[in-house]
Parts: sequence; C-alpha cells; structure tokens
Amino acid sequence: MSDEYENKTGYQAQSSETISSGSGGGSRTASDIDYVRPAEVTDQDLYHGHSFITKWVFCQDAKVIGVQYFLLATFTGVVGLILSWLMRLQLGFPGAAGFMTAEHYYQFVTMHGMIMVVYFLTALFLGGFGNYLIPLMVGARDMVFPYLNMVSFWSFFVAVGVLLASFFVPGGPTGAGWTLYPPQTILEGTPGSGWGILLMCISLILFVAGFTMGGLNYLITVLQARTRGMTLMRMPLTVWGIFTATVLAMLAFPALLVGALMMTLDNVLGTSFFMPTIIQAGEILEYSGGSPILFQHLFWFFGHPEVYIVALPAFGIVSDLISVHSRKNIFGYRMMVWAIVGIGGLSFFVWAHHMYVSGMNPWFGFFFATTTLIIAIPTAMKVYNWIITLWRGNIRLNVVMLWCLGFIVTFVNGGITGIFLGNVSIDVPLSDTYFVVAHFHMVMGIAPLMVIMGAVYHWFPLVAGRFLNETLGKWHFWLTFLGAYSIYFPMHYLGFIGVPRRYFEMYDSPYMTSAVGMNEFISMAAFIVGAAQFILIFNIIKTLKTGKSAGSNPWKANSLEWLTPSVPPEHGNWGDKLPVVHRWPYDFNVPGAKEDFITQTTPPSDVVGTEVEKT
Amino acid sequence: MHPGIIFFLVILGSVLFHIFTPWYWTDIASNWGGMDDTITLTFWIGGGVFIAVCLFMIYCVLKFSYKKDRKVEYKPEDKKLEKILTWATTIGVAALLAPGLIIWNQYVSVPKNALEIDVMAWQWGWQYRLPGEDGKLGTTQVININDDNPFGINLDDPYGQDDVLIQSDLINLETNQPVKILLRSVDVLHNWYVPQFRAKMDAVPGIVTYYWFEPNKIGEYEVLCAEYCGIGHYAMRGGVEVQSSIDYKKWLSEQETFKELIAKQQKIEFGNKKIVKNNNFLLNKEIYKEE
Repeated sequence: MSDEYENKTGYQAQSSETISSGSGGGSRTASDIDYVRPAEVTDQDLYHGHSFITKWVFCQDAKVIGVQYFLLATFTGVVGLILSWLMRLQLGFPGAAGFMTAEHYYQFVTMHGMIMVVYFLTALFLGGFGNYLIPLMVGARDMVFPYLNMVSFWSFFVAVGVLLASFFVPGGPTGAGWTLYPPQTILEGTPGSGWGILLMCISLILFVAGFTMGGLNYLITVLQARTRGMTLMRMPLTVWGIFTATVLAMLAFPALLVGALMMTLDNVLGTSFFMPTIIQAGEILEYSGGSPILFQHLFWFFGHPEVYIVALPAFGIVSDLISVHSRKNIFGYRMMVWAIVGIGGLSFFVWAHHMYVSGMNPWFGFFFATTTLIIAIPTAMKVYNWIITLWRGNIRLNVVMLWCLGFIVTFVNGGITGIFLGNVSIDVPLSDTYFVVAHFHMVMGIAPLMVIMGAVYHWFPLVAGRFLNETLGKWHFWLTFLGAYSIYFPMHYLGFIGVPRRYFEMYDSPYMTSAVGMNEFISMAAFIVGAAQFILIFNIIKTLKTGKSAGSNPWKANSLEWLTPSVPPEHGNWGDKLPVVHRWPYDFNVPGAKEDFITQTTPPSDVVGTEVEKT
Repeated sequence: MHPGIIFFLVILGSVLFHIFTPWYWTDIASNWGGMDDTITLTFWIGGGVFIAVCLFMIYCVLKFSYKKDRKVEYKPEDKKLEKILTWATTIGVAALLAPGLIIWNQYVSVPKNALEIDVMAWQWGWQYRLPGEDGKLGTTQVININDDNPFGINLDDPYGQDDVLIQSDLINLETNQPVKILLRSVDVLHNWYVPQFRAKMDAVPGIVTYYWFEPNKIGEYEVLCAEYCGIGHYAMRGGVEVQSSIDYKKWLSEQETFKELIAKQQKIEFGNKKIVKNNNFLLNKEIYKEE
C-alpha cells in the first residue's frame, strides 16, 4: 500500500485509477500491467513421506503438523475444561463432590490455568493455525525448516506428556496457582511442592524449547518464503497477527524459561534465587537473601506478552473472517497492521500492571498505569475498524460471522474491564478478587475462543473439504456465547463485593453469603457451556465423511489458501507452479468488477475497468 | 429470532443488570472513596463505549444482512475518520488515567501522623505489633523468631522493648486515625485485605511493604488473605474492630508490651513450666484433618 515500499523494492504497482485496457493509455499491454518481479530463489525441495509413520506421525508437512498441534491442544483443552467443571462444582455447591479437598481444588485451579493459557491457546493459535495457514497464505510450499517443525510438535507432545504425568506422581500436580509464585510453590503447605512443581517446570522448559523451533519457522517463512508479489503489506492480517505474536513469543518465553530453571534450582539444589530467609512450622529453612518479587517480574515479563501472543493471532484471524463474510475490505488495513505491531511492541512495557500490589516499589505504578492505558488506544482502533468493516457491507449471518460478533462483544467487554484494572488505583480494591478472574476469562479466554471457533467453522471446508453442519453450529454458538457471557458478566460483581479469588470455600462472611445464589447460577452455566463444546466434536465427526462437499473456495475469499489446485491442499500446496500475487486479499465488491471478489492471484488484465486500490 | 435482536437483548440485559444488581460495593469504611468514584467514572466512560460499539455493530447486522444485489461500499481507508477516532479515544483514556494517577499518588504518600502497625503474616495466620510510648517500632529479623520472641524483635533495639504485641488475628483501630500498615511475612506471600477499606498490599518475605488508610466507620470487619499462600489460603482470616477514641485507648492499655512478655516468660520458667505459643494452630489442625 505504501509508495515508499514499492519504490524500495522496485516493484511496479498497479495504479489506483481505473485500469485501462491499453486503448486509453496507449502502449501498455497486458504483460506490462501484470508484471511481477521474478523469484529470487529456486523452489523449495520437500521431503515426501512414504510410510504411514512419515506421512502422519513424524510428518514434515506443516499442514499435518498444524492439525496435530490442533488435536493435541484440543485434547489438553478438554482436560482443562473438565478441571474447570470440578472447580465450579466446588464453588457453586461446596462439598457436593466428596473427594474435593482444598488440596485438590488448588491443583485443579493451577492445572486449569496453565493448560488453558499455554498448552491450549498458545499451542492452538501458533502451532495449529500458524502451521496450517502461514505457508498457504504467503504462497510457500511448506515451512522453511520442515524437519525442525516436526521436532517442534513432538517436543510439545512430550511437554504435554510430562505435564499430565504430574497427575500421577506422589503429591500430585502442583497447586501453586498458574503464576507459580515462590516461595510457596516449592514449600510444603502447597500441594505438589515436590514432584508436581518439578514436572511443571520441566514441561514448561520443553514447551519453550519446542516452541522456539516452531517459532523460528513461522518467522523465517514469513520473511523469506513469500511467493512472488506477496509484499508484507499484502499479507492477510491473520499472517500479520501470527507473525507478530511469534516475535513476542521469541522474546517473552526466554523469561519464563529462566524463571522455571531458577525455580528448579531453588527446588532441587537449594539455591536462593527467589527464596529469602523463611521460617516454616517453627523451623528456619536453609534459604536466604533471595527475592520472590524477582520471579514475579520474570513471570510477567513473559506473562503479559503472552496475553498478546494469544490475542494478536485472534485479532488477525477475526479481521479476515469479518472481511470475507461481510463481503467488504477490512477497513484501515494499514492502521490494522500498525496497531498489531504497536500493541506487540507496547506489550513489553506493561508487565508490572499485574504487580501493582505485589510489594514492588509503588512508584512504578505511575509508569505502568500510563503504558497500560496507552495500549488501549491501538486496541480500540482495531475494534472501531472491525465494526466499520461491517458498515455498508453485505453481511452473511452464518455461523462464522456469529462467532465474530460474539468476539466483538466479549472482547470489548473484557477490554473495558481491563481499563479498570490497568488504572493503578482502581486495581487496588479489585486485584486478587473475582473481578480479575472475570476480566481475564472474558478477554483472553472467551474472546479468543470465539475466534478459534469462528476459524474452525471457516477453515474446516479447506482442511476437510466439507462444510460443518450449520444448524449444529448455531446451537453451539448460542449456547457458548450466551452461557459464557452469563458466567463472566455477573462474576465481575463478585469482585465488587470483595470476594477474593483462589478461595476453596467462602464460609459465611456477611458480604459473601449474598453471593451463594450467583455462584450456583455461574456453575450451572459453566456446566452447560462446557457440554456445548461437545456439539462441535460431534459436528466434526459427523460431517467429516457425510458433510456437504465444499469444493474450491466456498466462501469466495481472496487469500491464497483457498486457491490451491486441490482441496484439501496436498503436500507442497501448489502443484507445479507457485501462485503469483497481484493485490491485497481484501478486494471485495470493487466498483466495476463482475463478481464481488477478486482473488489475490487475479492479474490486473483480468479486471480491466475496475477501481481497485493500489496495494 | 434475528441474531441482531438477541445481541441487543444481551446488551440491554447487561445494562439492566448493572442498574439493578444487588451485588455491588460493600459499604466503604475508609478514606478511599476516591477509588469508588474513579470506578464509577470508568463505568460511565467505558460502559458508554461498550454500549456504543455494540449498538453500532447490531445496527450494521440488522441493516446490512446479506442480499444478492446489495450495493457495498468500497472504501479501504478514511484518514479523517481514523484521526478523529484516535484522538477521541486518547482523550477518553487520558480522562480515566488522570484521576487514577492522582489517587495513586495519595496511596503511596503516607500522611505524617499515620500510626505504624506491624502486620506479621505466616501460614496461616496474622499477628500485630504497635509502637509503644516512644512512638516507634523496634527492628525485627526473621531469625530472631522463637517462642520467647514471637515477633523476632532485635533484643538490643531500645525502640523494641515497649512495643505492644497482639498475638491474635484480631486487631482494634481508632476511627479517623490514619494507619500505615507495615507488612511482613515469615514464609510465603500473603496480603492483608479488608474489602471495606478498599486498600491492599502483598506481604513479601524478605522485605517490608506498606500501605495506608484511614478507617472512618466504627464497626467490625473481616480480614481476608488476598494473595494465594498455599492450602490454607481460604481459611486465613482475621478481624478488625474500628472503635471510638475512648474505647480504643482502653483496649490499647490492656495489651501486653514486649518487656512484659519477657518478664512473664521468665516467671513461668522459674516455675518449671513450659510455654505454649498462642498461635492459631487450631486453624492448621482443621486443614490437615482433611488430608
């Protein structure tokens, strides 16, 4: 879109004026206006699997790896879901489950949190959608390092195995809370303080190692393996979102890695990185001089970018879904790109807003409140652009669009409550209460989940060649959206009452007794929302073989992933010839065009007489 | 039903819920009314944005649903509109940030006349220490803590001798007297939190943290631990009683000083009796019973 960029690359752009067929302009021919710079490197050689094992298990095809990531992340997500049911059972109906002790409750809280944030959302967005979509969307044959990509998935597999193994070791999984704050994490008095936390740290280290392999692939594929004509400013926002999130992950995960390593050393070798002098049960422990707050800084230096590692791919994907299904270009594409990049950059300067009442120097509060509220501005711009995209569009109210609308409602809701919590002095009464729980579930649980679901319904016809059932999809959407909203919207008000989070039991404090009814209601809604997710699993199984055949480009989208010679795309993606890109992916309803979409590979000579934007 | 109408009902329901909710702030009992006011302001501005965005979305969904021959606008960018929206958002955000920072400045600036209270936390209970007649708290160290010196006061610190020790999780405060809560922990993170006072801060082993408030309503309040501290976290409660000046002085005069504690312990030892530390072990027993 930028003139400057085109000048630098020497790329000859189509004009923003009406393209003339050569009659008015004189000497220009079709081959002139269709010119795209030749490729700089030769085509990628791919390893083709021969046996079942090399094709489907230790597979090097990014699409299969994407599906593998998707399935494994979904499996751990279901584990996380079941844990949340058990927690809600205790909170809504204390004592209803006989086996539920405080110890188990805290273990479930911890595992639910860690699974959902890291092993479900991160793995699903980057490992799942990233692997499947990046090569297809930028017009590459595969990731640039397919073997490394395969190792990345299997590291994730082992990481999940180690994580789940902690349910079966003596003492059970760690119950330290997903933030793993020392000193309690490795002291008796916290469930799983021996084996549980050790396995958690090992699992995280494996995850980070595996993720780094995948992440390098995503970055280098986007930077180096784009097809001819695919300039950075012609990439779909999905790729921009995943790309920027991966940059964040590359910079943020090392902080988690060293935090986990140092904690393991404190735990196993008795070092004192995070451990000051401590008396427990009347005995002085052999630690001294460490700083518990240091861990919190390391954790949140990872933890806050992590929020955007989940959010940015969601932003990107939802932009594309909204654009395709409202048959209109995304509004303010350049603003959207810069907002993604800007949010990504700013996200490294806001981490201590999780620590306003942690006991760090309170003067930090001024700085981090300011940076946190600044980040609201590009985020708000994205929201405006999504809804302006709907304006004067031609909106298909299908299941995909419903998920997008659900995303907008839940994301704006959760974003606004984020302004409460980011604004340092308001955070004081609300931090560590259910307001926080409601806020982050709404903004980084439900909202990204809405996008994941929309993406599943959108891209399933590409992956499987068949549509998911629309009626089941609508049931799935409304149960999930209405249910989740009625879980988390009222939950904010528990925070106003002052109900602290991570309480196994509320007892009968006077201001808490009024919350009993609400807790029961929330638990009932949680059971329904959880159960509704199995509609999707049923839908997938049902339509995988019998669903309506999708054919090629069923949504009439413009981006490259829909333009493969075969559906579903085969290994190598593009048959003999790589696609050549002539425009951005948002040319919907261009004035003068015959159809309401112009694919990225359509050369200008095919759409003579249209008023396409110069991209 | 048209999806737009369902979304509209969700937004309407949210607004009605907010207006009629029986669940809202517990009555405030401290000077931090400014926090509540900032939250109300944020509700107005933020809530307004939420409603506006959602209504606009709903309008689009109702008005522009798919028709084969609908004329669609092709307008990739609108610099002017984007500029207006950016500035309007910036102003809105600044309007929210300013009061937040002003109140934070008050929160971190403790008034000179504040009474310092040492709140000591452990798994899982609280105890308190007030300065004696000299008006100063003695210094402490974790390694000094034992049954004879439950607060770990440095024995050679003259300020420590007259400190008033309250070996209970209940403490009394004087109404309209600002207090500076000095938090410390001997084991893990804790957080001394009374919802009615609005304020809170973590107790971190190894350092002393602080915050301040001025209780202004006579009554009894529950103390909650607000930072996860292990299996007994949910049961780590305490109590505060805010009293009138006269009642408070009477209560204070009945409390034991460090000097008196040492003297008493020596007396008991002469009688060959063992001291049982009056910590809240009942609580621990309750918890471990479940295992």
